[in-house]
Amino acid sequence: MGKITLKVNGEPRVAEVDPQTPLLWVVRENFGLTGTKFGCGIAQCGACTVILEGDAVRSCVTSVACAEGKSVTTIEGLSKDRRHPLQQAWLAEQVPQCGYCQSGQIMSAAVLLKATPDPTDADIDDAMSGNICRCGTYQRIRRAIHEAAKLMKGARRE
Amino acid sequence: MRKGQRIILASVGVLAVLLLAVLLWTWWPRPAGPARTSPATDDRKAIAAFEAVATVLSSPRCANCHITGEAPLQGDDGHAHVMNVKRGPDGRGTPAMRCANCHQETSSLAAHAPPGAPDWRLPPPDRPMAWKGLSPAELGRMLKDRAKNGNRSLADLVEHVTSDKLVTACWKPGPGRALPPLSHQEFVEKFTEWVNNGAACAE
Repeated sequence: MGKITLKVNGEPRVAEVDPQTPLLWVVRENFGLTGTKFGCGIAQCGACTVILEGDAVRSCVTSVACAEGKSVTTIEGLSKDRRHPLQQAWLAEQVPQCGYCQSGQIMSAAVLLKATPDPTDADIDDAMSGNICRCGTYQRIRRAIHEAAKLMKGARRE
Repeated sequence: MRKGQRIILASVGVLAVLLLAVLLWTWWPRPAGPARTSPATDDRKAIAAFEAVATVLSSPRCANCHITGEAPLQGDDGHAHVMNVKRGPDGRGTPAMRCANCHQETSSLAAHAPPGAPDWRLPPPDRPMAWKGLSPAELGRMLKDRAKNGNRSLADLVEHVTSDKLVTACWKPGPGRALPPLSHQEFVEKFTEWVNNGAACAE
């Protein structure tokens, strides 16, 4: 056991855990941020995606030691008022069906739009192929990402 | 003595001296020193050592990422990497699909989870070092080509195969993945033998 300090959604947090504990467990069990989901546990589905220092990491295979001293953003920290362009677009397009994978989908999309503000369909396919949706909402995900890109572009103009 | 006889005698003398010199050079015991074989022998040793090196480089643990095109391979059968993974502009993937998003600093102990090493990546697109399908001789020439190998000298290559964690990770791939055909120590020994014997490649 050891004390691991990391910044979660902008706030310094401390977890007293085995350093090899998956970041996903610490986020959910120690910090109570249950928006991030456990899917496969072997980095194959993307449901556990969080943003670690700007990258869309799979928190089920990332040890909390790898996140020590670093900045982690979960779905709860994407915006303070749930009005992030991606969240607005997800609502507008009514993307989720069961919803289980959607927090991971949104976190990957956020990283994509940061790097590629005006993505093509191919850019979206490349970026989102590691996030699996058993309900098959891919077409709506793609539309929502384009919509969010437009919202963000508009916000930059204002 | 007539002039003709003198010329013949002088010629015979010169030939005798040359013959003696050749015999002495052949039979004279040489001082003990570092073993120095002929270039032809060195080449044979180097080529034989590299044959062993090539079996490792051609194994899936190495060849799956030393690929042509954009898509890495995975598994012992070298199938296309799932999730539409791509090399990207720096060899580390594309936005939101970076190699290190899943490949952590060490291999996961769970079956089917990703293998790992610090800074997991493919060679960059401008020098992909793609060697799937190459003969050992072609592979050896590619390795030595500083325009393709990241400007590495032979000594740099020995260092690379000895201690680069992305290389040594091939021998700790996690469960369900075959190891290369030589141990890492044997691989380094053969690689070093190749370099020390002139790093020759077959014609």
